Amino acid sequence: MSDVQPATASRSPYLELRDLKVSFATEDGLVRAADGVSFSLERGKTLAIVGESGSGKSVTSQAIMGLHPKRSAQITGEVLVDGTDIVSASEETVRSMRGRNMAMIFQDPLSSLHPFYTVGAQLIEAVQAHGEVSKSEARQRAIAMLDRVGIPNAARRVEEYPHQFSGGMRQRVMIAMALINNPDLVIADEPTTALDVTVQAQILDVLRDLQGEFQMAILLITHDLGVVAETADDVVVMYGGRVVERGPVNEIFTRPRMPYTWGLMSSVPNLTDPRGTRLTPIPGQPPSLINLPTGCVFRPRCQFSAHVEDAWCDTKRPDLEPVGPRHDARCFLSVSQMAALAPRRADGEEVA
Amino acid sequence: MLGYVVKRFGSMLVMLAGLSVMVFLLFSVLPADPARLTCGKTCTPDVVEANRQRLGLDKPLVEQYAVWAKGIVAGRTFNEGQGAAEFTCPAPCLGYSFSQQENVTDLITEAVPVTIWLAAGAFVLWMTFGLTTGVIAALNRGRWPDVVLQGISLVAYSLPSFFVGLMLLILLIVQMSLLPYPDYYPPSEDLKKFLVTMVLPWVTVAFTSAAFYTRLTRTQMVETMGEDYIRTARAKGLAERTVTVKHALRAGLTPIVTAAGLDLGILLGGAIITEQIFNLPGMGRLAVESVVDSDLPVITGITLVAATFIIVANFVVDMLYMVIDPRVRLA
Repeated sequence: MSDVQPATASRSPYLELRDLKVSFATEDGLVRAADGVSFSLERGKTLAIVGESGSGKSVTSQAIMGLHPKRSAQITGEVLVDGTDIVSASEETVRSMRGRNMAMIFQDPLSSLHPFYTVGAQLIEAVQAHGEVSKSEARQRAIAMLDRVGIPNAARRVEEYPHQFSGGMRQRVMIAMALINNPDLVIADEPTTALDVTVQAQILDVLRDLQGEFQMAILLITHDLGVVAETADDVVVMYGGRVVERGPVNEIFTRPRMPYTWGLMSSVPNLTDPRGTRLTPIPGQPPSLINLPTGCVFRPRCQFSAHVEDAWCDTKRPDLEPVGPRHDARCFLSVSQMAALAPRRADGEEVA
Repeated sequence: MLGYVVKRFGSMLVMLAGLSVMVFLLFSVLPADPARLTCGKTCTPDVVEANRQRLGLDKPLVEQYAVWAKGIVAGRTFNEGQGAAEFTCPAPCLGYSFSQQENVTDLITEAVPVTIWLAAGAFVLWMTFGLTTGVIAALNRGRWPDVVLQGISLVAYSLPSFFVGLMLLILLIVQMSLLPYPDYYPPSEDLKKFLVTMVLPWVTVAFTSAAFYTRLTRTQMVETMGEDYIRTARAKGLAERTVTVKHALRAGLTPIVTAAGLDLGILLGGAIITEQIFNLPGMGRLAVESVVDSDLPVITGITLVAATFIIVANFVVDMLYMVIDPRVRLA
């Protein structure tokens, strides 16, 4: 089975994951945090990874950055960034790529910025980590970047400390720090989770503008489907450490093909629903990554396993199979069953 | 920020004033009679009584304190207009030691440099060693360098300085004759003798302290290495050494500076055991001698100076917080 699927045949992807497996040895057993993750992403595009906490999205993104400590994490498979395999490359190679080829925007900008150094100092050292740049030149670049991400009075604020910034401004600083070396891939790990809604929109706008300008690939990690619908080109749905569905954003939102994705979609409020419509949560708990259920990982929470012949869901792991144009799902239901069983809104449309 | 410094400085002065009261009360509640100590074994009750009046010890405590405290600020003259030989004690006058026939201030000024040298050398040793080993242990958490360093530091931390000091003295000086017997000279007079004498006291004091700082630094580093901003630093592509020292160690420095400042302050009051073992004429030895002789003016003088060191150390530590942590500057 080949999971490799170039988004478009003409250009080679900037980022490509092939059967990535990350596991951690713990006292309770081996935690398979990412188990055979494959997807690809090209420059100028945005790929969203969605899933619950513990689905393996952050573990996957940190593997792309090469941030897992070699001592505790066992990593196999390939993570190709611009053709270089992060998994097998030397520590020094990966270090020199971090910040320049791939950069990361973290979730909580207050705890992700060093409290004892000025914003300027933290930006300057990022510039100086990648090449011989004088301090004054690095400082000019820091100010220009802060200005570019929409921080007023950048020349003055560059001397201030993170605690002197508001939450939204701090996240802009994080974005400036990630982009200051013009990386071709930016991983945004829940970049708006810690922010209030109006600021969320501003931050997403900043990211979109910068993508238009610099043509970088964005890997957006989130559990906010609203953000996904607004910003992503492609979507990867993760569950229990594996990709359970992936495809273009329109496909995933209009024709989700995997019962877990259906569950995600129906747990989000929709303005077009009649008043009084109740949200449907997904029953049960995410699986323990130490003791995965036999058969399909989602089976214990799936209401549709009865439709599958010979109780395959209990015994076999489904593969990621094509279910539409550039659209794959990990489910034993046949494509026609999927179409028939997909939850519908009151107006008869499939969930959107 | 300036307001904070002024406020903190003011509270230090208040503490020093309160301290002087406490120390003076100590002087008056001790069982020894200061008037009895002004003359030798041949003292008659009449002489004791005369000396009591001469020194103003028959006056109320408040008045006595005023005279003593004024002496510290402005100096004082003993036997003024009382027929006996007058002598002056210039400010800061901490009193006069009758058993040593010398101003307490002079006795202390002779002893303090020795203790400062001892404390400074030991401080440099234990901080260098403690921080280095602590960082090494933290970076190798759970592996053999960590286990070995943790083991050694636990043993070292458990050994009292009189044991370490005596062992070094017996092994290196008495049995192996690697070093001469300690004989203190100020570094300005004979640098070589100074160093040869000081090396073992430095090691003795630093030994136990370093162990504490190894453990403290390790704990701090293990904690800060797990912080989000360390991950950010790595994600920027910084070299691991920069991440470790500039980001992790700096972030964990606050409690280390606190402990180091106070330890240094305490040590400046005199390392009683180490100075005794290695025959260093510092504050610790002066303290022991004055206690043995019930030399009350010296005891109170040393207590006051030692406590002042600690209060000043506290103040300096508070000021250093502002240097380390910009968030404190605004508070």
